[in-house]
Amino acid sequence: MSTQNEADPHVNSESTQRDEPIRILDDDGNLLSHAEVPALSDEKLLAMYEDLVLARRFDQRAISLQRQGRIATYAPMTGQEGSQVATSYALEEQDWLFPTYREHAAKYVHGMSLASLLKPLCGLRDGYAIPDDVNVLPEYIPIATQVPQAMGMAWGHHLQNRADTAVLCHFGDGATSEGDFHEGLNFAGVFDVPAVFVCNNNQWAISVPRDQQTASDTIAQKAAAYGIEGVRVDGLDPLAVYEVTRCALSKAKNPTDGERRPTLVESVQYRYGAHTTADDPSVYREEDEAEAWRRKDPVDRLRNFLYAEGLLDEDLEDEIDDRAESQISEAISTVEAAAADPSSIFEHVYEELPDRLREQRDELNALREKYGEEAFSEVLE
Amino acid sequence: MSSAATPETGDGTDSLTLVEAVQDALYTEMSSDENVVVIGEDVGENGGVFRATEALYEEFGGNRVVDTPLAESGIVGTAIGLALAGMRPVAELQFMGFSYPAFDQIVSHASRLRSRSHGQYSAPIVIRAPYGGGIRAPEHHSESKEAFFVHEPGLKVVSPSTPYDAKGLLIASIRDPDPVVFLEPKLLYRAFRGDVPTGGYEVPLADAAIRREGDDITVYTWGAMTRPTLIAADNVADEHGVEVEVVDLRTLSPLDVETIVDSFRKTGRAAVVHEAPKTAGLGAEIATTIQERAVCYQEAPIKRITGFDTPMPLHALEDYYLPQAVRIQDGILETVEF
Ligand SMILES: Cc1ncc(C[n+]2csc(CCOP(=O)(O)OP(=O)(O)O)c2C)c(N)n1
Repeated sequence: MSTQNEADPHVNSESTQRDEPIRILDDDGNLLSHAEVPALSDEKLLAMYEDLVLARRFDQRAISLQRQGRIATYAPMTGQEGSQVATSYALEEQDWLFPTYREHAAKYVHGMSLASLLKPLCGLRDGYAIPDDVNVLPEYIPIATQVPQAMGMAWGHHLQNRADTAVLCHFGDGATSEGDFHEGLNFAGVFDVPAVFVCNNNQWAISVPRDQQTASDTIAQKAAAYGIEGVRVDGLDPLAVYEVTRCALSKAKNPTDGERRPTLVESVQYRYGAHTTADDPSVYREEDEAEAWRRKDPVDRLRNFLYAEGLLDEDLEDEIDDRAESQISEAISTVEAAAADPSSIFEHVYEELPDRLREQRDELNALREKYGEEAFSEVLE
Repeated sequence: MSSAATPETGDGTDSLTLVEAVQDALYTEMSSDENVVVIGEDVGENGGVFRATEALYEEFGGNRVVDTPLAESGIVGTAIGLALAGMRPVAELQFMGFSYPAFDQIVSHASRLRSRSHGQYSAPIVIRAPYGGGIRAPEHHSESKEAFFVHEPGLKVVSPSTPYDAKGLLIASIRDPDPVVFLEPKLLYRAFRGDVPTGGYEVPLADAAIRREGDDITVYTWGAMTRPTLIAADNVADEHGVEVEVVDLRTLSPLDVETIVDSFRKTGRAAVVHEAPKTAGLGAEIATTIQERAVCYQEAPIKRITGFDTPMPLHALEDYYLPQAVRIQDGILETVEF
């Protein structure tokens, strides 16, 4: 990791071999004695907390919308938002983010709107449209496929001498079993690209626990096989995640002599709830396991820290809660008011609509005209 | 064509859903042959994301119902190796849309181990994958790309549409000496129940089933599309007096050419219904097969009623993409009135 920063909590070179995740806050949110607070302004620290609150509430609302049948299958992030928010706080605007289907908060912090996060869940593909000034890729659902792509983009920037731009790529612990993960990291090492690979090790890939996913002691140690740096961080400690990611990004852009650009960050965290709303963790997992992790909750930890610093009080906390609530409600109303146009099925498949797609679109429209929309609205059974 | 094969053993029937019939087939084969093992993501304690392997783990244990790391190429490659060691692996791929990481193992190896080794080795594996749309799933979870596998020589490709067939075809697939891609229409997993004999029985691979008899037109289909096709057939009979013969292919490779062509000789008109994209879909193969063998009987162009040549839309528009009864009716009438 970069050693330029005084607040760097992991300055010694043994950090790559350390099994203990790097932390700045203890389980209760107290500053650890050896640690320093990252160089974030008070406003930034409060904003980070507000985004954490927003993420947590968004998650709760999305789960309840799914239960009411208002959105489709949703991948919850409670327990993981600390890491998501903090990694995106470490990004600069020009940096790129490759998310999975679970990185709602990471995407939001890097510039996507809440409405655009909800739209695909309502079946509306235009939620995948990314504003020109936001450097986020649409969610990756096939596991690990983003890893070589992120590597390739980082390499592209490097070849174009865009030294101010790095790429951050998210994936889960399960993803580290796929060939694409190994191919991507191997290339990253060989071509020494400005990329940071963040493994959100939430301990489970659906029902398969981390120790049945890989026989490695840690995921960070896999970095050694590719000749890049590996770091473990407490993924429920937003300040530590921020600092580790920031250092990795800064090294990616600006390595010192002999330093390798890419880093594999293992963010050690936990998925409190179900893998998705279609999953039932009680089939494969003990509830008290989740309880143990909940005691290190990232939202509570940052809140306690901010209280101790005198940056947060009850009035401000309520204000933040209310703001989050109304932002989410507004996004839901916007999305629920939107409707999908059947002709849009044929859009954006190619830049120009080929004849055969035009024909198929016209056929569909003729049928809609003839039979009415009701004929299409029944579930096929 | 043979419709229902007779059960070999067992003395009764159960009323099962299609996914329960899949589970029953696995249970039956695992009980009678200890070389049969089930491998895949979340197939063990969790019982599979669709519960197709539910209770197998408790019954047969973690050495025969094995959760693998998340790696489809690893799963299918491992299955080939297990088969080389004399086992009968059944590999579950969680969704057909996630079979692509395993594509190399399937099309470069499973399918051609026999020909490459000049008959010395083979890969008698079954690769199960839920496929198709209609369940409001996210992107990549609703695909119907059976043509990829049908195009590959050396593979067999199967897609049941009833619980009875699901069990009989899966047992036949497990016992088959060649690699079988067994595609399960997930829309039908819990849509209805059907009588399923207890004990082992086979529905032979490469036998299509005639689901409805008729003289005016033959409609070829499989998997989840058999339901809207049968509804459409009833509607055109009621409203227009058009009698549709509905052929459920059941095995997509090799095709039951005899049943396909015989039915066409009887009706002289044909439509193919599939939810996969139209271009280079199986409909093209069926239409050409008919023309090669029975063009003199042909009274109208062969109609393809299919998904569009677009990605499957997200769920808000899924019902516009999948052939609905009205679209099928329209195509049938257009062909009959040609
Ligand atoms: C190639 C591929 N195979 C299977 C799946 C089905 N699937 C979706 S999520 C998942 C588990 C992923 O676990 P992990 O990588 O640890 O990420 P997490 O969901 O825990 O964040 C699986 C098997 C998929 N999406 N893509």
